[in-house]
Amino acid sequence: MLPANVDDTHALLTAGDYLADRSLATAVFLSLELHRPLFLEGEAGVGKTEIAKVLAATLDRRLLRLQCYEGLDVASAVYEWNYARQMIEIRLAEAEGGKSREQLGDDVFSRRFLIERPLLQALEPHDQGPPVLLIDELDRADEPFEAYLLELLSDYQITIPEIGPITAQHPPLVVITSNRTREIHDALKRRCFYYWVDYPSAERELAILALKAPDADAQLSRQVVAFVQRLREMDLFKLPGVAETIDWAQALTQLDVLELDAAVINDTVGALLKYQDDIAKVRGSEAARMLDEIKTALVSGRVGG
Amino acid sequence: MTEFSDASCKHGRLLANIMHFARVLRAAGLPIGPGRVLDAVNAVRAVGVADRDDFYWTLHSVFVNRSPHRELFDQAFHVFWRNPRLLERMMAMALPAFDYPQGMSEQRLRRRLGDAFKSGFGAEGGQQPPATEVELDAALSWSAREVLQDKDFEQMSSDEVARAKSAVARMRLLLARVPVRRYRRHRLGTRVDMRASLRSALRSGAGVIPLERCRRRRRPPPLVILCDISGSMGRYSRMLLHFAHTLATDRSRVTSFVFGTRLTNVTRHLREKDVDVALERISDAVPDWSGGTRIGACLAEFNRLWSRRVLAQGAVTLLITDGLDRDAGEGLGDQVERLHKSCRRLIWLNPLLRYEDFAPRSSGMRAILPHVDDFRSAHNLSSLEELADVLSQAGARHQEGVSQWLVRRR
Repeated sequence: MLPANVDDTHALLTAGDYLADRSLATAVFLSLELHRPLFLEGEAGVGKTEIAKVLAATLDRRLLRLQCYEGLDVASAVYEWNYARQMIEIRLAEAEGGKSREQLGDDVFSRRFLIERPLLQALEPHDQGPPVLLIDELDRADEPFEAYLLELLSDYQITIPEIGPITAQHPPLVVITSNRTREIHDALKRRCFYYWVDYPSAERELAILALKAPDADAQLSRQVVAFVQRLREMDLFKLPGVAETIDWAQALTQLDVLELDAAVINDTVGALLKYQDDIAKVRGSEAARMLDEIKTALVSGRVGG
Repeated sequence: MTEFSDASCKHGRLLANIMHFARVLRAAGLPIGPGRVLDAVNAVRAVGVADRDDFYWTLHSVFVNRSPHRELFDQAFHVFWRNPRLLERMMAMALPAFDYPQGMSEQRLRRRLGDAFKSGFGAEGGQQPPATEVELDAALSWSAREVLQDKDFEQMSSDEVARAKSAVARMRLLLARVPVRRYRRHRLGTRVDMRASLRSALRSGAGVIPLERCRRRRRPPPLVILCDISGSMGRYSRMLLHFAHTLATDRSRVTSFVFGTRLTNVTRHLREKDVDVALERISDAVPDWSGGTRIGACLAEFNRLWSRRVLAQGAVTLLITDGLDRDAGEGLGDQVERLHKSCRRLIWLNPLLRYEDFAPRSSGMRAILPHVDDFRSAHNLSSLEELADVLSQAGARHQEGVSQWLVRRR
């Protein structure tokens, strides 16, 4: 069921409505074939998280998602004991009497009272096969968590002091994403296959829009893509990503817009740009000028579809 | 095993070349150990060598770890795998110009890569090293368009180093700890540590579950130092960099930048334990010592490229500049505002102005002042201890105070 070569991987991703470069298909294939995690870095909104979801959907595996934040610790990421039940169990045992202390200890610290969080769930056997484990935004977690993860990703084994080591029979498919707000330690990256997800080209972005915003008018899609590609060449604080392009196209479709004009852009630029400095730079005459250039270019056939 | 030996017979040259390629990349600065070379071989075997692009991306996903290395890898790949002998012939003939592979005519070969090819390649794989030492100059080096000056630092005496350390240790302002989201056991904490309570319940005996407590850890926030090294601040460069070095070795998560007409990230250079080596490395790496100042442009570059990467976890920013700007403060206000909004606390240290006489005549200073949280000035800093003292003073200027003072003075 796993793809046998790069072409099959590319076809698999396309079947899941994710249009990838061949370079990304190569990295994904290597990660699946050699059972190593896939490390995706890139700006926000370019589709890093999407890949894990698409893989889970197309390979028919369960998706386990671990969203990282500062202070993420073992209790939220790996396992936690069900303290309330344990306390009740202790009280009941004391009330009934008859259990020795060691017996009570074994009973209270058994799998029954263990709450499994995503990292431990990933090591458990599943019916459909090893799950897809998405570790999202690892750069938000701090260094102690990274060190813990390093151990996990090398052996796929977790040790719970009260129970013992738990090893995965089949290692999960791990996808790690990072927004690069902090440099991840080399020791972790070394175990992974690395890929930098970049903004797509005009043709590919047009194809993505055709898939994700199919109700949009063809002419509108071309203009939207050309406008966003032009914005990415400007000196903005935060360049719009693919997700923003899709949102904008869908918003314009909702407003029944068939063609871009300066007024529409001024009204809806909030779907594309999220910083006031950037909006101030683009709104008004700048947007009108860019739009004119794009329209002449499209008409003369120089740009896009 | 037989499969491997068959493969090595057929693809013997290829495997050896992958190893040589890895060595070239390692000499150029990419951290590639022998384990990665093995990974690369396995990966190439899994994907196959039928397609050149696939081969490129296979090696890329194994050898490249960071975004800045992509460009270096790209150039190295296209030079190496086009024709390894091409480079050797070029070095042997000492051509001043280099016939770049197609698509690379506009770029200069990165200097490190040039060094790596020059030093590492010829001696391996049984190929004859060139008989004479070849100098590769203008074609493979940076083009220098600005007036660049060299900086020569005096060596630090051990007395100076000791005094610097104690001065920094006494500094309270920048070492203030902030609470983080991790907890640790503590008798007087306000939160109950359930796990520890249960474990001690099993130990303690019938009827009682003693409550163990925990409380938040506190940790110094990340620190970003932006230091002006232009002509007007020339006297203080050595002292300020020593200060930055002491801070950087004292705590983790300290990032340092210097700027004059350009912005340079000197964090890695300051990680050297020996302060003299660190300053020497910085003086090699930074080209625009004692030149003009373009604070606005440098801060704009910092905001665009670095702010999201180093200010992310509530960093404290220390801006050390006298505010005198060649561009007369154009656009500076916006950039400082953006910087202020991206960090936890912005502290401005102006080492050239006496506090009592301070009248912000220059437009640069007037542009910066409204956006800082904390302002420190000291006239004629002669030593690092004075600097540390200045930074430890209880804040005479908080933001409200600054704006009221500005109104009064106008």
